[in-house]
Amino acid sequence: MKTKSTNWNLSPAPESTEHISIKERYELFIAGEFVKPTKRKYFESINPATEEKLTELALADKADVIKAVKAARNAYETVWRKMAPNERGKYIYRLARMIQERAREFAIIESLDGGKPIRESRDIDIPLAANHLFYHAGWVDKLSFAFPNKKIEPIGVVGQIIPWNFPLLMAAWKLAPALACGNTVVLKPAETTSITAMKLAELIQEAGFPPGVVNIITGDGTVGAEIVKHNDIDKIAFTGSTAVGKWIQKEIAGTQKKLTLELGGKGANIIFDDAPIDQAVEGIVNAIFFNQGHVCCAGSRLFVQENIADLLLKKLKKRMNTLIVGNPLDKNTDVGAINSKAQFDKINSYLKIGLKEGAEMYQAVGTLPKKGFYCKPTLFLNTAQSHRIVQEEIFGPVLAIQTFRTIEEVIEKANNIPYGLSAGVWTDKGSKIFNMTQRLRAGVVWANTFNKFDPASPFGGYKESGFGREGGIQGLAPYLKIS
Amino acid sequence: MERIDVLKTYKLFIGGQFPRTESGRYYKVFNSKDETIANACLASRKDFKDAVVSARKAFETWQGKTAFNRSQIIYRIAEILEGRKDQFISELMQQATSRRQAQLEVNAAIDRCIYYAGWCDKYQQIFSSVNPVSTPHFNFSVPEPMGVVSIIAPEDSALLGLLSIILPCIAGGNTCVVLSSYQKPLCAISLAEVFATSDVPGGVVNILTGSSSELHSHMSSHMDVNAVVYCRENFEELRNIQANSATNVKRNFHWHRKWSKQEAADPYLILDLQETKTTWHPIENIGASGGKY
Repeated sequence: MKTKSTNWNLSPAPESTEHISIKERYELFIAGEFVKPTKRKYFESINPATEEKLTELALADKADVIKAVKAARNAYETVWRKMAPNERGKYIYRLARMIQERAREFAIIESLDGGKPIRESRDIDIPLAANHLFYHAGWVDKLSFAFPNKKIEPIGVVGQIIPWNFPLLMAAWKLAPALACGNTVVLKPAETTSITAMKLAELIQEAGFPPGVVNIITGDGTVGAEIVKHNDIDKIAFTGSTAVGKWIQKEIAGTQKKLTLELGGKGANIIFDDAPIDQAVEGIVNAIFFNQGHVCCAGSRLFVQENIADLLLKKLKKRMNTLIVGNPLDKNTDVGAINSKAQFDKINSYLKIGLKEGAEMYQAVGTLPKKGFYCKPTLFLNTAQSHRIVQEEIFGPVLAIQTFRTIEEVIEKANNIPYGLSAGVWTDKGSKIFNMTQRLRAGVVWANTFNKFDPASPFGGYKESGFGREGGIQGLAPYLKIS
Repeated sequence: MERIDVLKTYKLFIGGQFPRTESGRYYKVFNSKDETIANACLASRKDFKDAVVSARKAFETWQGKTAFNRSQIIYRIAEILEGRKDQFISELMQQATSRRQAQLEVNAAIDRCIYYAGWCDKYQQIFSSVNPVSTPHFNFSVPEPMGVVSIIAPEDSALLGLLSIILPCIAGGNTCVVLSSYQKPLCAISLAEVFATSDVPGGVVNILTGSSSELHSHMSSHMDVNAVVYCRENFEELRNIQANSATNVKRNFHWHRKWSKQEAADPYLILDLQETKTTWHPIENIGASGGKY
């Protein structure tokens, strides 16, 4: 039987948006109440798949940051730090359960607001967000077991700034350990993807959290900067670009603030000639095209052993041509919309840079929707270590491919980059896997798999990919004073 | 006829060698009676850079050694120190410590070596985890050394303080460039002689003598340094170090403890200079037998 792989002709299977509710306007969540921003200014949040307005969000400013920090400080001193840990845990459990109950609604909104395929928000983002809360809720009265022979205390008020690629999931990654360790929080979601964070605020209110334990304020980078600068914040946790991370590290120099940074990456995905090739192809696709490549740990550099390069690239191109790029709400969609106009422009500028640098570009066949921000899955062949498309984080569905002959060569190339967040290794030989996983300078190494996440598994980078871990027993330390 | 003493030249320790500073500069080290007891090298930025090159080169070898082997090498440091006790006591006394205090400090320094020698092949077990993920994967996290560490050693605890910083750093598989106490550098250089004769590979520990006000900014802004440990109380320098660290997202630590106390010996200092690496691998459900015999 002969099938033409590029033409599936699937009927549309869109997720219904009937049972979700998005308000016309969202206010700031401070001290348990929804309050108008001091300056009464709002900004729009659009659907990147259609460029239509979804809602508007409060634009916070310095005065609002001050208010939120005050509320968090008050809640910390008067309620949260004094509460019996197991009681604190019950609130976090309750929140986890409420997200699970309303998972469908959250998933749809996440896809509407951020452009990610509904399959991913439904099967990964939302369940994982709930799992993170559930996992950490259980730690509240067991923390002393994690740090034997040490005295542990919460830090105080934590400022958390999160990115737009996994909006609710990042909020849960940040909130769960902070709250479980007894801190209170001022959280700022990303400007383009704040809706699920505000829906989360509604759940936090509904769950009966003491006012001020979690405060969520929306706005652009200037709001984040005000949080970083605020004197009464004891710790900053930031996930985002390396450039902003460096600015924060510099800004808080000389203060007592603690810091964790989860920054950019340029993950090396390494395919040896003895790898199960079809699984490796699936792994490559998942590594770079998952969430439109808007993943800090994406496998955006591919290293293929030279003797299988022709076969592997042939299979990879064939597989790419089956990817369905389109409506994020369609359950058949593999690659959704690029998150924002700004990111769309950035990716396109890198495509031009790649061509200019002399790399050979290959894009998946097929047409893109007329409206919205879409980018075809893209490969760059014949790239060199010095190319900008190899060295810099593009944060889009763009894969830079190099070949290698020896293990020494590929380790050298994989490590020769300022980043060190993730890496992938594909081979059937166990001893080779352990040799590679030990020598790759990256915080997360996936062997014969890629882009897997779990609340029990610590996540975070080496070198300029940041410091501190999120998740697992190792993810607790950044939220505690240990003496 | 009275015999003329042979005076010792105190030099730097870089890559297992004892070079003079390339800058040719020196400074005088005085005893408590304000008499000159030595001319120490006033290390330059270039000396520091050379030391980083050596430390980077040694990192691969040192982290590649088995934990058990690192443990034996650090134990060997204690053995050599024990044999040279008198020299260190006399140097500490020259640098304004009473005989009694000097004896205590040297004994404590030797014991601290033994303490960290024992940790080399144990901290991984304490700080590692197998993580129960919800998907069919085997997932584990282990500590790994950060790489090259800049250390600005305590000013007052010339031997014990210095060792208390270096040991957790190298026990964890890192290599380092250390700026010793400015006014009490003698033990640091004599300690270098101990390292050089205890199977510590050249470049694992590099020791400079000189001025923190001159070197701290270079030690914190160098792009091939992974972490900085600062052990003094000058908050202007500390602030600069923290700000400079942002150039390549260096990890920085302010270690200030009473180094003479036993509590100052702490595996969490080893952990400070470790990264966590998490590895995933799928588990195939072969046969799906349910594990019954």
